[in-house]
Amino acid sequence: MQTEVIISGFGGQGTLYAGQVLAYAAMDEGKQVTWFPSYGPEMRGGTANCTVVISDEEIGSPTVKYPKAVLALNLPSLDKYEDMIAPGGCLVVNESMVNRKPERTDIRVVILPANEIAQEIGNERAANMVMLGALLANIDILPIEALEKALKNHTAQRLQKFVEMNIQALRRGGEYRAA
Amino acid sequence: MALELIKGNVAVAEAAVRAGLVSYFGYPITPQTELLEYVSARMPELNRAFLQAESELGAINMVYGAACTGRRTMTSSSSPGVSLMQEGLSYISCTELPVVVVDVVRGGPGLGNIAPSQADYNQATRGGGHGEYHQIVLAPASVQEAIDLTTLAFDLAEKYRSVVMVLMDGSLGQMMEPAELPPFQPIKTEIPDWAVRGIPGRGKHVLTSINIDPPAQERTNIRLMTRWQEIEANEVRYKGYYLEDAEYLVVGYGTAGRISLSAVRAAREKGLKVGLLRPISLAPFPYEVVSDLAEQAKAFLVVEMNNGQMLEDVRLAVANRKPIAFYGRMGGTVPFADDVLQEIEDLASGQLGLEENPRDRWLAKMRVEFGTGA
Repeated sequence: MQTEVIISGFGGQGTLYAGQVLAYAAMDEGKQVTWFPSYGPEMRGGTANCTVVISDEEIGSPTVKYPKAVLALNLPSLDKYEDMIAPGGCLVVNESMVNRKPERTDIRVVILPANEIAQEIGNERAANMVMLGALLANIDILPIEALEKALKNHTAQRLQKFVEMNIQALRRGGEYRAA
Repeated sequence: MALELIKGNVAVAEAAVRAGLVSYFGYPITPQTELLEYVSARMPELNRAFLQAESELGAINMVYGAACTGRRTMTSSSSPGVSLMQEGLSYISCTELPVVVVDVVRGGPGLGNIAPSQADYNQATRGGGHGEYHQIVLAPASVQEAIDLTTLAFDLAEKYRSVVMVLMDGSLGQMMEPAELPPFQPIKTEIPDWAVRGIPGRGKHVLTSINIDPPAQERTNIRLMTRWQEIEANEVRYKGYYLEDAEYLVVGYGTAGRISLSAVRAAREKGLKVGLLRPISLAPFPYEVVSDLAEQAKAFLVVEMNNGQMLEDVRLAVANRKPIAFYGRMGGTVPFADDVLQEIEDLASGQLGLEENPRDRWLAKMRVEFGTGA
C-alpha cells in the first residue's frame, strides 16, 4: 500500500518540517518513505510545499500527479491542489487562512481553524502540527503516537522544549473528523 | 540497521568523507550546494582539506594537482559548473588520475534553471572534454544508492586510474530518504607507485597530459582504450524489475527510472506484461543486457528527463530488431508516473512499427502539446 501526502502553505508555516516529522515517523515504523521539497528561488512568504510518499515496498516516483491527501495551509494551496486529490482521498484545510469552502464532494474534507487552535496551545507556529494531527485522524497511514515518538526522538536537543507543545497540537488536530 | 532520514546531497558528502576523502575542492551551485556546504564544515572537523575555489576552473585544477599525490580527492557541481570543468577533466583523464566528480544535473542548456534534469547524459558518457577518452558514469536512483555508488566511485577511480562521475539530478540531491551510511574507512596510507610525492632519491616521476610527439600520444590513447575495454567487461551495473515474463520493456535511469517503476507497477496491475531495466552504470552502458532483452521483448519504451540521449544507446543495442518509443521531458520538467503509464499503454496497443524514428515521433507529440509557440 502507498499513500502520498502533499503539505503546502506559505514559507514560514512549517510545511517542510511537518513533512519531515511525518517521514521520520514512517521510517521509525519500518515503512519506506520519501520526502521531496519544492526548492527554488523561494523566500519567506512565498509558497513552500513538500510531497511525502509512504509505502510498504520500494518507492518509485517521489512526486505524484494525484495525491491521496493534501494539507492546504493557505488559500493558494487550496486553489492549486483541490482538483488534484485522488477520488476518495482526503483534504485538510486550514480554515484560518482561506475564505472559501472546498468544492469537491468525492473526497473527505476536514476543515479546522489550525492557527486559532495553535494560538490556544500557546504558539501559532504549531498550526502545521495541528494540521498533521487532523490528517492522521482521518486517513490510515500512521498512528498519532508514531508522530509523537518521532518528535521526541528526532528533535534537536536545543528545540526539545517545543516537543510537548507540538504533541498537544497533534492531539488537538486529531479531534477533527471529515464532515 | 541504523537508518537515518538523510538528504541526497548530504548523504553523498558524508559517504565521500567515510570513503577516506582527503581533500575537496569546489564552488557552490544549486541544486548541489548542500554537498559543498556539508563538507566545508565536516572536512576541517576531521583535519582534512576543504577549499572553496575562485571558480569551477580553479576547483577542477586543484583536484588535478591533489590527485597527482595519489590521495583520495573529489569535486562536485551542477551542469553549468561541470561544463566549466571539462578542460580539466580531459587533462585528468589523459594523465590517468583517479578523481571522483559528482554532477547534480539541472535544467539547461545555458544557465537554464535549478530543476531536476538528465540533459547532461551525453556530456557525461561521451567524455565532455576534448580528445578521445572515457569516464565511468554511475547513476543512482535513491539516496541509499547514491551513498553506495559514491563509495564505489572511489574504489573504481583508483582501480582504473580514471575519472568516475556520480550523475545525479536536482531531485535526488534535494530529497530525503531513510538510508544507512557505511562505516568509516581509514585514510589509505599505501600510496600508489605512480604518484608524485617529492620523495628524495627515488628518481623522477612525471605525470603529464602533454605528449608533443604524436606516437607517444597515440600510445597513451591505446592504453586508455584498452583500459576502457577492461572496464566495459567488468563494471556494467543495472537493476531489473519484473523482467522474467516482460513483453514490453521500459528503460530509464536515475529519477526517470524510479518514476518509470511506479508506472510499470500500475501497468502490471492492469495486466500488462511490462518490465523495467534501470541502467546504473551509464558508462559502461549495459549494451549486452539490452540486446538480450530485445530477443524477449515485443517493444521498448525509453524514458528520460532529456531529449533522448540514452535513447541512442538503447537503439544501438536493439539494432532495429524491435520498435522503440521514447518519452522525455526537457528543461527541468519532471515526468509523472501517470504520463509514463499512458506511454506504456500506447506501446502495448501494438501500433508502433520499426520504421518510425522514436525521437521524431515524440517531438511531433510534444509540439502538439505545446502548440504553435514551441
